[in-house]
Amino acid sequence: MRAHHPLVQLTLARFREFFRQPETVFWVFAFPILLAVALGIAFRNRPPDRVRVAIQAGAGADSLAARLAGAQALRVEVLDSAIAAARLRTGRVALVIVPGEPVVYRFDSTRTESHVARLVADDEVQRAYGRRDPRAVREEKITEKGARYIDFLLPGLLGMNLMGTGLWGVGFAVVNMRVRKLLKRLVASPMRHSHFLVSFALARLATVALEVTFLIGAGMLIFGVPFRGSVVAFAVVALAGALAFSGLGLLIASRTQTEEGVNGLMNLVMMPMWILSGTFFSAANFPDVMQPFIKVLPLTALNDALRAVMLDGTGLAALAFPLVVLVAWMVATFTVALKIFRWL
Amino acid sequence: MGGSAIICRGLVKRYKDVVAVAGLDLEVRSGECFGLLGPNGAGKTTTVEILEGLIAPDEGEVEVLGMRWASDDHAIRERIGVQLQETKLADKLTVEEIVTLFRSFYRRGHAVDEVLDIVQLGEKRKTWVSRLSGGQRQRLAIACALVSDPDILFLDEPTTGLDPQSRRQLWDVVAAFRARGGTILLTTHYMDEAERLCDRVAVVDHGKTIAFGTPKELIASLGAEHVIEFALQEGQAPPEDAALLALPGVHEVRANAGRTTLTVEELHRSLPAVIAELERRGLGMTELSTHHATLEDLFLHLTGRHLRDE
Repeated sequence: MRAHHPLVQLTLARFREFFRQPETVFWVFAFPILLAVALGIAFRNRPPDRVRVAIQAGAGADSLAARLAGAQALRVEVLDSAIAAARLRTGRVALVIVPGEPVVYRFDSTRTESHVARLVADDEVQRAYGRRDPRAVREEKITEKGARYIDFLLPGLLGMNLMGTGLWGVGFAVVNMRVRKLLKRLVASPMRHSHFLVSFALARLATVALEVTFLIGAGMLIFGVPFRGSVVAFAVVALAGALAFSGLGLLIASRTQTEEGVNGLMNLVMMPMWILSGTFFSAANFPDVMQPFIKVLPLTALNDALRAVMLDGTGLAALAFPLVVLVAWMVATFTVALKIFRWL
Repeated sequence: MGGSAIICRGLVKRYKDVVAVAGLDLEVRSGECFGLLGPNGAGKTTTVEILEGLIAPDEGEVEVLGMRWASDDHAIRERIGVQLQETKLADKLTVEEIVTLFRSFYRRGHAVDEVLDIVQLGEKRKTWVSRLSGGQRQRLAIACALVSDPDILFLDEPTTGLDPQSRRQLWDVVAAFRARGGTILLTTHYMDEAERLCDRVAVVDHGKTIAFGTPKELIASLGAEHVIEFALQEGQAPPEDAALLALPGVHEVRANAGRTTLTVEELHRSLPAVIAELERRGLGMTELSTHHATLEDLFLHLTGRHLRDE
C-alpha cells in the first residue's frame, strides 16, 4: 500500500496521537506493571502469619499463657476483658480465649481468619494439656508456578488493559474528534468513512501487539509467570478481545456529544466488569444465579481465555465458548455503531 | 471567468423553534470572492454548511460546480476546500503530518511543501499544532483546505479572534488564491474584511439576504459617502432629526446609544454646518468623528443595528 494511501495516513495519525500522550503511555504500559508489583507484594506467597490470640485476664490466664508460649502458630497475649473484646471487635486479635472449665473460645464465626484461629488455638491448647495424636503425619510443602496469585492476576490485568485501551483508544478519541469538530472537517473532505473506521481497528492491532508483548514479557521476567499455551492461540484471543472492546468503544462514542458524557458511559460499562469478570479475584465467588450473566460479559470471556492459554496451555478448540462470546460482541457492537454513528 | 460556481435558491433550514435560514438565494460566479456579511446568528454558518454539503436544507436547491449534493458528493468534495469555523486540529500532530493526512484524501492537489509555502508555515512544519499561535493554526486550517488545489474555497469567519497582523497575513493568502483564478465564499462579520477581499457581498440578517452587490455599490446605495458621528455632554439632548436633516447635504440621522450618526454627501459642507448648529443651541460635544461610509453603516441603515451587536 502506498505511503500516501489515506488508510496509512489515518492509521499513522491514530498511532502518533496515542503515543505522544505521556499519560496514555503511563496508563497502558507502566500502570499495569506497577499494579502487578503492588498486588504481588501484598499477596506474596509466604508462611502464614502467626495467629493473634488474646487470653482474657483472670484465674488461670497466666498459666494458660505460659503453656501456650511455645506454640509456633500462635501469638498470645493476656488482656483485660474490655480490651480483649475491643480488639476482637476491630479484628486486631482473631480469637479470645477465656480460661476456665470449660475453656471458652470467643470469635466471629463469619470471619475465615477467626475460624483458622479457633482450629489452630484449639490444637495448641489440647496439645499443651497433653493430647497425643494417634497417627503420625508428614508434611510436604510445594509452591507451584502457575498457582500463585500473581499468575492468576497477570492475565486478568492484560484483559483489563485491553478493555481500557479499546474503550478509551477508540471511544474517547472519536468523541474528542467530534467535540473538536474535526470529525465534521473530515466529512467535508472526500475521505472515505470506511477508511476512517478501519484506521482505528488497524491502529489498535498495532498497539495491542505491543501491549501484550510488553505485559506478558514483564510478567515472565519479573514474576516468573509461566506461559504454557501456544503463541498463536494467545494472539487470536487477544485480538478477538481487542476488537470486541474497540467495537464497544465505537458504540459508546457513536452518538455521544461531550467528553463528560463519554467518560460517564465508559465508567458505566467498565466498572461492573472490573468487579464481575474475574480480574482481581475469581468470578466463581459470585452466586450461581449470576454466573450465566457474568460468563457472557466480554471481559470474563477474555480473562478466562487468556488464563486458560497462559496457565493451562489450552488450545483454541477448547476455547470455542469465550471466542464466540468475543466475536459476538465485536459483530454486534460494530454493526449497531455503524448504523447509528453520528458524523457531525 | 464567467459561469456560476455556486447557485442556491430558496434555501430554508429550521432547527426546532428557530428558523436559521429563511429562503435565501445566492449566486457565486466562478473566479470571484463572494462575501456573506452579517452579525452572529444571522444564518451565515448554516448557509455555508449547506453549500458544503454538511447539512441538508429543509427546502431549496443547491448547485456546486454544476453538481448536486446527494448524487455527486464525492466529486464535489474532491474539488472544494473547506475551513470550518471551530475546527481544532489534532494537538499532537505536526503541521506537516496534518497537511499530509489531508492531502491523502484527494486524488489531485499540491505537494505538501508547496501548500506550506503558500500559507507561510514552512518553518513550522515539524511543530505540533498545540504549539502554534492562533494565526498559525488558522493558516494551517487554510492549508488543509488548499491542499487539493480546489476550485472553490469556503472560509467561515477565517479571521475572527485574530490579531491585526495575523488577519493581514490571512488576507494575503486569500487574495493570492483569488489571483490564481480560484473562487471564494467567505463569511465574516468584519465589514473591512468584506470590503477588502470581496468582489461582491450579500448582507444577511435573520436568515435572509437584505442587500446584494459590490461593496462600492452597496455603500453608494446609502446615497451619501461620509458619516459624521458626535456625542453630547451628559444630560443634553441632540437637536430633533428634522433640524439636522435641514442642514446642507445631510441624508440620514440616527441616534444610537447616546451618539448621533449623520450620513452626509459632502463633508466640507455638512460638517461646519453641524458644528454651527450645535453651537447656536448651546450644546457641547464630548466626541466628534467622521469616516467614509462603510458596510457597517449600510447594515445600520438597513436594520437599525450594528453588525457586532450581540
